[in-house]
Amino acid sequence: MDILTIEEFSRRLRRRETSSSAVTETCLHQIGVRDGRLNAFISVMTDSARQQARLADRELSEGRDRGPLHGVPISLKDIIDVKGVATTAASRVREGHVASSDAPVVENLRRAGAVIIGKTNLHEFAFGTTSEDSAFGPVRNPYDENRSPGGSSGGSAVSLVAGMALGTIGTDTGGSIRIPAAACGLVGLKPSGGEVAIDGVVPMSRTLDHVGPIAHSVNDAWFLLNGLLGISSVRPLRPVEPSRPLSSVRFGVLRTYFCDVLEDDVRTRFENALETFRAAGGSVDDVELHNADHIAAIYLHLVLGDAAAYHAHTLETMPERYTAPVRERLEMGRYVLAEDYVRALKGRAALTRQVDAALTDHTALILPTLPIVAPPIGADIVPVGPTHQPVRNVMLRLTQLFNLTGHPAVSLPCGFSPGGLPCGIQLVGPRGETENLLRVALSCEELLKR
Amino acid sequence: MTIETWLQAAVADAERRGLTQAKRLLEGLASATRALRAADFNESASGHPHN
Repeated sequence: MDILTIEEFSRRLRRRETSSSAVTETCLHQIGVRDGRLNAFISVMTDSARQQARLADRELSEGRDRGPLHGVPISLKDIIDVKGVATTAASRVREGHVASSDAPVVENLRRAGAVIIGKTNLHEFAFGTTSEDSAFGPVRNPYDENRSPGGSSGGSAVSLVAGMALGTIGTDTGGSIRIPAAACGLVGLKPSGGEVAIDGVVPMSRTLDHVGPIAHSVNDAWFLLNGLLGISSVRPLRPVEPSRPLSSVRFGVLRTYFCDVLEDDVRTRFENALETFRAAGGSVDDVELHNADHIAAIYLHLVLGDAAAYHAHTLETMPERYTAPVRERLEMGRYVLAEDYVRALKGRAALTRQVDAALTDHTALILPTLPIVAPPIGADIVPVGPTHQPVRNVMLRLTQLFNLTGHPAVSLPCGFSPGGLPCGIQLVGPRGETENLLRVALSCEELLKR
Repeated sequence: MTIETWLQAAVADAERRGLTQAKRLLEGLASATRALRAADFNESASGHPHN
């Protein structure tokens, strides 16, 4: 089906060529037709979405324009509170829960005029990268229904690819926005650490969790980010240098460790993208991070410890309500020693300094998002070149670093494997400079589309 | 506590609690802990480099 971006919808809406009600009905129709197979949604908010869409149309006809998200149907990962609706986190542990208020990001999105169309499926408690361990069944990738869409925000990404929403909001603790964006051919943004409020969101790790958008384009991600932040008067981004788009951009390629384990198809798309950026005037040179080999160990000790603290009580009182794989991995966190958690905190600080240093003379760091294409549902191990890799470890390998360090990171589509599966490229910018990062990403997006 | 001692105790406890995948997962965690403890960002009370 044709892709309708938020930017294009907004243009048509203001030319009175479409309405919020019409596009909301189209999304609801797509959910009805396709979600039986894809399993992207946990709850569809049909009545309230129609009501919000009618209100958006009426406001616009009366001259009240709330900005680029006015009347836009969006989906939310079902880990974010919406008043009066269950926040299931895709787990039976949450049975009977109903949110008593909107999360602040939802309040902001409503104020920006967004139409909340429903809440999307995910890996249980966001504790996985494939979206297959869910109390509501596995989410399926529209590019190949036998494959995972990535995760943990898998249902969010699928809702967008399948035309069930025009934009979507996910969360990212180790890559859970960027991984499904890469696996589904979308733009996924993890903002800077602390930039977007995480109140009213079921936590995995309060210091690693981020809320952010998945979108069809960089400008759509920009609109959604501003909606999350409560900023309504926002214009589309423009490229850095329209005539020679990357002439002032210096990319630092993270190669050692980061490109050591890559599927051949992913490597080819990545190298092609670098060549495209060089040809557009970008400077491209390699950078190394001294402690790159320790990223996974540092991340594991922190995320396991943090998640175990949140889940300890329910692991004791209702263990049978978790899916078995998620329960077993959460239990691991209860064995992390305090001294090792503290070592991991020290390692996190070291990595943050190293990424900061790498960005002092580079505009952005660049690396693939996901070392593999979308894996088959049910696979524990995948072949990568001559090696075999655990699916979860390999999927987190290139994204988890920036949750530790808090740098903003965006995944862009960079083509397809010969088998028709999407690949993603990741750009990382200085902390607190998400807008500048997206401006560079916009130039890259234009070049990769040609 | 050495990693070997910790691993032995953790596996025994997890198996007692009926966690069927615990041995494999804890061995993976132990491997990560070895890497973490060997990293050069760690400090030592001796004032000498950790390793």
